[in-house]
Amino acid sequence: MRADKEPGAKPKKRRSDRARAEARLGWMLAGPAFGIMLLVTLYPIVQALWDSLFSLRLTAPDDREFIWFRNYQVILGDPAFWQSMGVTLFITVVTVLLELIIGFGFALVMHRAIKKLRGFARTAILVPYGIITVVSAFAFFYAFDINSGGYVNSWLSWIPGFDENLNWFAYQGTSLTVIILSEVWKTTPFISLLLLSGLAQVPGDLEEAAKVDGATGWEVLRRVILPNMKAAIMVAVLFRTLEAFRIFDNIFIMTAGANDTEALSLLAYNTSIGRLEIGLGSAISVLLFLSVLIIAGIFIKGFKVDLSAGRNS
Amino acid sequence: MRAMTWPQRIMWLVIIAVVLVWSLFPVFSILMTSFKTQAGLFSGTLLPTEWTLDNYATILAPGGSAPDLFLPALRNSIGISLIATFVAVVLATLCAYAIARLDFPGKRIILTTALAVSVFPIVSIVTPLFNLWRVVGLYDTWLGLIIPYLSLTLPISIWTLAAFFRQIPWELEQAAQVDGATPFEAFRKTVVPLAAPGVFTTAIIAFFIAWNDFVYGISLTSTDAARPVPAALSFFTGASQFEEPTGAISAAAIVVTIPIVIVVVIFQRRIVSGLTQGAVKG
Repeated sequence: MRADKEPGAKPKKRRSDRARAEARLGWMLAGPAFGIMLLVTLYPIVQALWDSLFSLRLTAPDDREFIWFRNYQVILGDPAFWQSMGVTLFITVVTVLLELIIGFGFALVMHRAIKKLRGFARTAILVPYGIITVVSAFAFFYAFDINSGGYVNSWLSWIPGFDENLNWFAYQGTSLTVIILSEVWKTTPFISLLLLSGLAQVPGDLEEAAKVDGATGWEVLRRVILPNMKAAIMVAVLFRTLEAFRIFDNIFIMTAGANDTEALSLLAYNTSIGRLEIGLGSAISVLLFLSVLIIAGIFIKGFKVDLSAGRNS
Repeated sequence: MRAMTWPQRIMWLVIIAVVLVWSLFPVFSILMTSFKTQAGLFSGTLLPTEWTLDNYATILAPGGSAPDLFLPALRNSIGISLIATFVAVVLATLCAYAIARLDFPGKRIILTTALAVSVFPIVSIVTPLFNLWRVVGLYDTWLGLIIPYLSLTLPISIWTLAAFFRQIPWELEQAAQVDGATPFEAFRKTVVPLAAPGVFTTAIIAFFIAWNDFVYGISLTSTDAARPVPAALSFFTGASQFEEPTGAISAAAIVVTIPIVIVVVIFQRRIVSGLTQGAVKG
């Protein structure tokens, strides 16, 4: 590709000068952002890695002792950790799947809606994303919680077998249902927005051509639209998955981790800040971090989209 | 565009109605809760049995019990989020442009770092940061939140913008340079207009992320000097210890939601009209 674009190869030396100038410019442009990211996170990350190797409780700071990987051993042998891991994975998979489906529908609506209704639809779709997670958590909590006058139960009472006194936040399954519902409501617009930008990049003439050739709507979607949106889908799903995996705010507000709804970052928070077990908490954070890195790796490999390929792709 | 048939029109109206209900119902629900009286909270109905503005008086009126909590929090949240968004978008635009357009060693490292930064759980960054901020005097200040917010907004901004810049045909810029424009002119006249929608979309996402932060907000502030809205909401325990704060929290939730709805209404046109413009490139 590159070779075609630069006919008549230039002398070697000039080219390396240019490469050096380009590298300098590249770092000048990219450096500040890179520097700030490192500045904010490098120290805390190193500190967390370091703390995870100590037996360290803030209640007894003098008993600080270097114990190698024993914190990890403790955590990996603890059923509570695996329970948290399971809950986190479950929430992540269910929310991202639901959001991808609903989000694509919304993106289509934003893309195709008739002019008069378009602005209306777009505004409405974006609103949940602007609502603070804490607020949406309260909205869902108050709607479902019978102890704060939730009305959902009276609405559902017509369903045969539905117990009108059901306390949603007393059981794992029902709590997770509400938590997932609030998460999906809140973050679907993020996916829709990115998918919309992807939809806008699908060349219209290709779509037309496929239709002229007699392709059904489904075929156009599968053969033309989706392949052209691959980069947008990847960015959307990747970032949503990573975010869903670290779900915190709405669980904190709704159950604070009761009834086995303690996702990993809540477990880390409750261990570090609740029980002041800094060493154990840091180790949980590191494990959470590693899990997320693995997920990211799988996605990037799976989608085979390389953003850094730049103009050569 | 072809004229629409009646069934199509009706289909669209139904679709839009579903979208509206889905998107706005929870907001409506909390709005209704904010109008309920203390006794009416437990009616188990969506609509208040008895309407009241007391909850708004509690959080806004000078004589109320919580205006010192929510009004400064609103000011802090807006100021801090706007500054963090602006800085992040400027830096990310430069960075993403370099990544999408220039060949230089290390750009893969930058993208990977951005990803690593954005995936590291905030919960584990916050404890070391808390200790550091106390030492250097950034605890409970605007800057003390702006800096960590950059770590939230920069990575996603760099990634989305890099994806966006990649869609802009490189040849356009080259053509402008061939026509005698300097590289900077070529950048300004060809890339900037095409990139504006992407930058805009990114700015909105970055602003929402900063506005939405909870963990940094509850951990790195202690007074109304910097405490943002989500933290203020969660710390509010009620007008008196005998009252459930349900109504007042709902009222506060509505108050803090208004600015964001205004932002969305103003900017949705620009985001999306821009997005489709960017797509003309084919």
